[in-house]
Amino acid sequence: MFLLIEQLLNGLQFGLLLFLLAAGLTLVFGIMDFVNLAHGSLYMMGAYFAATFVGWTDSFVLGAILALAATLLLGIALEFVALRHLYGRDHLDQVLATFGLILFFNDMVRLIWGPAGLALPLPAWLTTPVQLLPGVYYPAYRLSIIIVALLVAAMLYLVVMRTRIGMLIRAGASNREMIGALGINIKLLFTLVFGLGAALAGLAGLMQAPILTVQIGMGENILILAFVIIVIGGIGSIRGAFLAAIFVGIIDTLGRAFLPDLLRKVLSGAAASTAAPALSSMLIYLLMAIVLVLRPEGLFPATKR
Amino acid sequence: MADPLLRVDNLVRRFGGILATDNLSLEVPRGELHAIIGPNGAGKTTLISQLTGQLMPNSGTVHFAGRDITRLPSYRRSALGLARSFQITSLLKDFTAIDNVALAAQAHDGHSFRFWGDARKERHLRDAARAALERVGLAARADVLVSELSHGEQRELELAVALATKPQLLLLDEPMAGLGVTESARMVTLLKELRKEFTIVLVEHDMEAVFALADRITVLVYGRVIACDAPDAIRRHEEVKRAYLGEQHAVTRHGGQIG
Amino acid sequence: MKSKLNASNAVVAVVCAALVLLPIYSAATGNIFILTLLTRIIIFALAASSLNLIMGYGGMMSFGHAAYLGIGGYAVGILAAEDIGSGFIQWPVALAVSALFALVIGSLSLRTRGVYFIMITLAFAQMAYYVASALSRYGGDDGLTIYKRSTFDGLINLSDRTQFYYLCLGCLFGGIYLIWRIVNSRFGLVVQGVRSNEQRMQAIGFPAYRYRLTCFVIAGTICGLAGALLANNTDFVSPAVMYWTRSGDLMVMVILGGMGSLFGPLIGAIVYLVLEELLSQFTEYWALIMGPLLLLIVLFARGGIMGLLGRVRRG
Ligand SMILES: Nc1ncnc2c1ncn2[C@@H]1O[C@H](COP(=O)(O)OP(=O)(O)O)[C@@H](O)[C@H]1O
Ligand SMILES: [Mg+2]
Repeated sequence: MFLLIEQLLNGLQFGLLLFLLAAGLTLVFGIMDFVNLAHGSLYMMGAYFAATFVGWTDSFVLGAILALAATLLLGIALEFVALRHLYGRDHLDQVLATFGLILFFNDMVRLIWGPAGLALPLPAWLTTPVQLLPGVYYPAYRLSIIIVALLVAAMLYLVVMRTRIGMLIRAGASNREMIGALGINIKLLFTLVFGLGAALAGLAGLMQAPILTVQIGMGENILILAFVIIVIGGIGSIRGAFLAAIFVGIIDTLGRAFLPDLLRKVLSGAAASTAAPALSSMLIYLLMAIVLVLRPEGLFPATKR
Repeated sequence: MADPLLRVDNLVRRFGGILATDNLSLEVPRGELHAIIGPNGAGKTTLISQLTGQLMPNSGTVHFAGRDITRLPSYRRSALGLARSFQITSLLKDFTAIDNVALAAQAHDGHSFRFWGDARKERHLRDAARAALERVGLAARADVLVSELSHGEQRELELAVALATKPQLLLLDEPMAGLGVTESARMVTLLKELRKEFTIVLVEHDMEAVFALADRITVLVYGRVIACDAPDAIRRHEEVKRAYLGEQHAVTRHGGQIG
Repeated sequence: MKSKLNASNAVVAVVCAALVLLPIYSAATGNIFILTLLTRIIIFALAASSLNLIMGYGGMMSFGHAAYLGIGGYAVGILAAEDIGSGFIQWPVALAVSALFALVIGSLSLRTRGVYFIMITLAFAQMAYYVASALSRYGGDDGLTIYKRSTFDGLINLSDRTQFYYLCLGCLFGGIYLIWRIVNSRFGLVVQGVRSNEQRMQAIGFPAYRYRLTCFVIAGTICGLAGALLANNTDFVSPAVMYWTRSGDLMVMVILGGMGSLFGPLIGAIVYLVLEELLSQFTEYWALIMGPLLLLIVLFARGGIMGLLGRVRRG
């Protein structure tokens, strides 16, 4: 029972992390109609920046803030130099160009930080378990990820639903021509949104860094998951991304935690322990396939016709 | 009396809150040229799309040659002999004119699960396509890419494509939209020819052409039929005059104009 | 195909002649390396050509095409591991399983459009990847070594470098010829018509879905053949050949060479893989150059190399 609660919390934590990644992706996708495979690279860069800056400053919080700023700048620079020339091109061109960027970033990281991964140690105050319920302890760091991510999600919600920029963002996601007609400085809006997305990806990366090792290619697996989420949620929909992310996070985590035991009941021990992670990874894709077959536009499409 | 070729009963189609087709019934007997007029946004294109299967109605039925086709997909309707031209030109842009027409002929010449022979060398398909192009006056432009044809030529090609499917009923959605004076005149001459052979439903804003060509006219406003009669009667029809023909400002509140 | 004397046709002719003559050069100079490299390139060219059939001609942007490389490869590998070494069994099975997989995922994926199609094909390929990782009996994550290449008794010896090279080349030319026939056939025109304007094709009487699905299955089957060749070439098959970046590589080859041009994928495969080879000899960090290069190609060289060479005509 305690295990289930803990795994549910882990799932929630992972889902929220995925949401940070997916939110940027779905905004960029929804507003600019831009498929950005390099989003995962920004996540990776966030993690590397964090590992580096925390090492330099000797402060986890300060390092994290610096890393966030660095990813934001990197994202804006990337948009400015390369990606803005790809708006309005077909998705295939975008997929290809940003695929090239993934190759670039991976080797760039290898050149700068070397092929071995980095570790980002946590400060002592984040490693102690917190008692949630009598007898239920949960790592402070994971708890703080949940809190930070929820705060960011709430802020994002307020920005998108309550501010002028948010109004433009929503208008853009459901009707691209309209923001043009409103005479908004679209270039600036796009750069801002892209920067925001990059910062969110960086935040996800740097928060994930202490849990996993910081390594090359860490952005790719999770990028695909983020894509799965925005497709399930409906492209351009923040709400859809939020719900789908939590759903996917929980399913993925529970699958990994409990599938091996379930499988051991039918398979031999060794077979079960190799099959389980693979099957739980598959679960997500299966989910997406089912959603797409039944609702080809996702569960919460932003564009209503 | 024989069954009409096309019979529409109580057709309803909504887009969100808008009733684009409002309990519409219509009969088109074989051999008739039936014009449909009405201000922009009246639901003419929506009606045609439901007849040819690009859109499905919310309720009501469509019968063609005595057969209920309400739920058939558009390719099946094409096989039965319904052909349409699109108001907004819809052609294969990166194909030549003759390829566009030959494909239409191919669609009605057995299945196309043939993987080996060169389709562009099939004599009878090419001949049929050339004949249809000839008919609309595009023979000289057969090997030109559609994207390089003028707007007027593309409108004519739309018609040639429809003809090549050997239809029984032609549904033409504003074939003269955007045509110049001489091009329009050519189109009218062509339609006069075609009406001898085909049953035609013609959506058109050019009133002169409509009144010259039509056997009967249906007037559509807000998705509803407000009149359906011979041209002379329509000209005299009070409600039509009020809503549409005489005082054009009467329709501007709907955001549309006649054009 | 009209035989016109222009730059791209000349390049294609020279490349094809060079490919045919390469083993002679290799034997004369003792340069085995180049033969090995070109064998690999040819196999990927076949895979890319099959992707071009659906992507370039059919407008179906599949991001999961590498799955068939793995499926074809695993069919060969698993049968070999179970002591069924005959190619006469292995290869038909490889093709049949690829076709079946294409039929299943195609019938589901083709209900979606645009980005959703890109993502759902990707998802299915990832599923195949994870299934392969779960095959603990056949190596799981680490992959499966094939100790004996497919045998075609009395016909051809796949362990002979030159014979295997010509087999691959034959498959490639055969594949391209097949695609050429298909593209110009009734079927091919319909598929290209649907790419151009699906609504129009439905309206003139074509059930588009069936034609697209058939095309999807044909392409998957051809790529399954490439997978069987690849497994024999490397004597090894692993989930990694199905990873999504592999599908990305195939897309790059197609687009680099020129989408919707018959020999484009071959040229693209040669340029991409040779470049990768050269760059990686010159620097360990070859992707630092390759990545931005891709970006530049997308930005400035639409239509790929074949497009640059001055022929954009399809078919
Ligand atoms: N796909 C659609 N989605 C939403 N509304 C539509 C759609 N197509 C047409 N409409 C609406 O239905 C009404 C009829 O449109 P239409 O059939 O194009 O008129 P017409 O062809 O007579 O000008 C209009 O109010 C139009 O805005
Ligand atoms: Mg209209």
